[in-house]
Amino acid sequence: MTARTSSTSNPLAQMLGFLKQPMVALVAIIAYLLLSLGLLIGLDRGSTVFPLLSMIFFPPFVLAPFLILASPLDGKIKLALIAIQLIILLPLLGIFDSTYLELAIQICIFAGLALGLNIVVGFAGLLDLGYIAFFAVGAYTWAMFTSPIDTIFTINNWTVSANAFYGFVFLGVFFAGVAGILLGLPVLRLRGDYLAIVTLGFGEIIRIVANNLGSPVNITNGSQGLDTVSRPSADFLHPFVIGMEQITGRPIANVEPLAYQILFYFIAILMIVVIIVVARNLENSPIGRAWTAIREDETAAIAMGVPLTRMKLMAFASGAAFAGALGVLYGAKQTFVSPESFSLIQSISILAMVIVGGLGGIRGVLLGAVVVTLLNLQVLKNLSLQINAWKNVDAVIPGWFIIAAAVVVGGLLLYWAYRQLRAALKRREGWFSYLVPAVAALLGVYIAISSFGAQDFPIANWPSQLEPARYERLVFGVLLVIMMIFRPSGLLPEPRRKMELAASKREQEQNKAAGAGD
Amino acid sequence: MATDTTSTSLESAAQGVSVTGWEAFKNSWFYKFTLFPLGQIFGFILGVSVILTVLALLLAVVFPEPRENINLTQQIARQLPDMIIGGVSIGFVYAMIALGYTLVYGVLKFINFAHSEFFMVGSVVGFEVMQRIGAAGEGVLEAWNPILLIVALVLSGMVISGTLAVIVERVAYRPLRGAPRLVPLISAIGVSFLLIDVVRGFAAITRNDFNLTYPVSQVSFFQQRPEITLTPENAPLLQFWFTAANRDEIDIGLRMTSLIIIVAAILMLLILNWFVNGTKQGRGIRAVSQDMATAGLMGINANLMISLTFFLGGAFGGAAGVLYGLNVGTVTPFVGFIPGLTAFTAAVLGGIGNMTGALLGGLALGLIETFLNGILVYFPAFGQRYTPVFTFSVLILVLLFRPSGLLGAKVDEKV
Repeated sequence: MTARTSSTSNPLAQMLGFLKQPMVALVAIIAYLLLSLGLLIGLDRGSTVFPLLSMIFFPPFVLAPFLILASPLDGKIKLALIAIQLIILLPLLGIFDSTYLELAIQICIFAGLALGLNIVVGFAGLLDLGYIAFFAVGAYTWAMFTSPIDTIFTINNWTVSANAFYGFVFLGVFFAGVAGILLGLPVLRLRGDYLAIVTLGFGEIIRIVANNLGSPVNITNGSQGLDTVSRPSADFLHPFVIGMEQITGRPIANVEPLAYQILFYFIAILMIVVIIVVARNLENSPIGRAWTAIREDETAAIAMGVPLTRMKLMAFASGAAFAGALGVLYGAKQTFVSPESFSLIQSISILAMVIVGGLGGIRGVLLGAVVVTLLNLQVLKNLSLQINAWKNVDAVIPGWFIIAAAVVVGGLLLYWAYRQLRAALKRREGWFSYLVPAVAALLGVYIAISSFGAQDFPIANWPSQLEPARYERLVFGVLLVIMMIFRPSGLLPEPRRKMELAASKREQEQNKAAGAGD
Repeated sequence: MATDTTSTSLESAAQGVSVTGWEAFKNSWFYKFTLFPLGQIFGFILGVSVILTVLALLLAVVFPEPRENINLTQQIARQLPDMIIGGVSIGFVYAMIALGYTLVYGVLKFINFAHSEFFMVGSVVGFEVMQRIGAAGEGVLEAWNPILLIVALVLSGMVISGTLAVIVERVAYRPLRGAPRLVPLISAIGVSFLLIDVVRGFAAITRNDFNLTYPVSQVSFFQQRPEITLTPENAPLLQFWFTAANRDEIDIGLRMTSLIIIVAAILMLLILNWFVNGTKQGRGIRAVSQDMATAGLMGINANLMISLTFFLGGAFGGAAGVLYGLNVGTVTPFVGFIPGLTAFTAAVLGGIGNMTGALLGGLALGLIETFLNGILVYFPAFGQRYTPVFTFSVLILVLLFRPSGLLGAKVDEKV
């Protein structure tokens, strides 16, 4: 590291080298935190471009912990800085605009789910496409016992008081863990793709069952879901919120929802911390090493005496247990639980988080969870809001901009295709397939110019069916494919996984070199 | 589907025996590519239907009256023709999709998760083409020859889905060849999601709606319902059936679209069988699926064969999509998921990598599904809504007790 920075004469690298001094880094990070927070607080909420600006300014603030972790500071100072950011600064921002707090809770829940899935997929190498089912088990556990809907629970007076929430977190862990073992038992013999499909089927079964258990005996209230689910009391936080109101000098219209949000935010943070600690300890325990052995080579692991059945069940159960706890939290936070929230796309989005961040590594998975959740719940949503805001003020996209964008994108694609084509011709390989993107680029530019000409495009003409917020699948799909092609080990790769993938890449290249003759 | 006949011909050629009579007939083109596969298809339909009917009747013995005034045996006897015809037609759709999974698994040993989306694209393309033909003016669709119309729709679905499959393989799978097994699988999941939303965006821009309804109602040919009425006079041998159903006559109503599926699927399966087992390209595909490296040494262009396999798989998925769309009427960009999963189950049930198995599995699952739909209605605690659960249970049971499927050979995993 040091050798690389000192030998360069690049001014940027020099500046970064300067930042490597702990004191400078500390000051820089504090300045960064305060600046990003200040920008967010200072945004004019009435402005037309508010959604766009908020979309740009929020991610740097939320991603600050990863910056802190990457800094050359002492471990304890890093922890203290992260704690300050998460425990003081984020709630403070939430007082100003509670949507950020809501987003932070969602990020925490998804990060916890991603960490849980990471145990199954990343540590033990068992691809689980029905992971959201365990989350559903947790959410339904809480919702069924507290919703006033006329279910079998309400009729028989099996309901519990709202403050049983804290106990039910553990009950959710238990039930989800049992569900994990129940799923694990029949699929023990399956490997790879078969396992993926069966777990996918299992996830769908849980959803279909939840969807249909409204009759003949009403257990889950079917597709309408359970509403008015209880929340644990947040009364003790009211003085805190009122105190914040006085300190910030910002009047708060409604104390209660904000108090709930702060409560759930802290519970979520607490859960994440516990999950991180548990996951780290599991990873470095004999169990974790057994999982790694199974992941790397199942047959060899059996030969070395790893108890395969027990270890696989353990992976399913512990992954599921995390989801169960978070499910209870989710049920209480949303106060509404329906089968809709537990579809395949949720499982895939959690998988995308694990993959984007880097299979197997805890820090990577956390980063993946933050990035994907932000993309899904903030970037896409704010883009939709922005389009609507522009629609309301009758904004137009200038014709020259459309043409310039088409020419730039098409030109880049054409250039790329040209380079690939030339390289393929030089290697005497199949070159034909690179003609397709070239033709597509030319055609795209032609269509853009011919259909828009030099006319301005009024944003009001943007079809409402094309709102970015509805295209989460597209984002996940593109993310997964791109990650797999260009960076299968993720944004922050786990070292061992990186080695493995590098080895397979080498093999691939050797195969390619060997097979180039045909 | 007729691979075992080639070995006998080789043996007899090697022994120098002059082949005459039955042997000669067995080696004839007509037997290998028409009679034998047709016999297989009808054998499978008959076998599965008989087994399912027996099972249903056993259920009727256990629960003679699941609801008041409902005699289950009577109901089964009355519904049997409808259940079998419906099951066979949807079974052929599953079989055609399952063939795509199986072909790709054969050459690349990986499950093409995005295959259900080729089916979906096919169904949307069929809609687009039919809509556009119909949009030319009032009565244009009616004026077309119905056979020609079906051929045009199916061909357009095949070409576009097949091309799409080739492009997907080139872009998203080929760069990953040789990577750990999870990598292409995850990429395939990504492609699947991507395609759903691309088609949805396309439908949103062009139609501002993504419930795409085939203009089937504009063609009277599709609305026809040829009926066969069985009475004790014209079918004296079926006396037991009339007794079981407690009816004097039994109407067998055929939906024209079901018939179209059955006829088109049988024709296409015969062509596929001929292509894979009787042509040079088909031999190339089979060689690559046996051993890619050695096939390369023998002068077979493995990449070309893989592209060809994807084209075939995608084209069959697309054709299945068009036929399915004609049958159910309305398709959406999400239509691929459940049929795709069922077809995958069919491929696994038959033994993945085995084409005959995919056919058997598809027909079996189609029939199982319609039988369940027909019978579960009378069990209020279950109802039809649980049919997908039963399908998944079939998959799990097969994987547990016979992971290689009904017809698949047991292959030891390489260590």
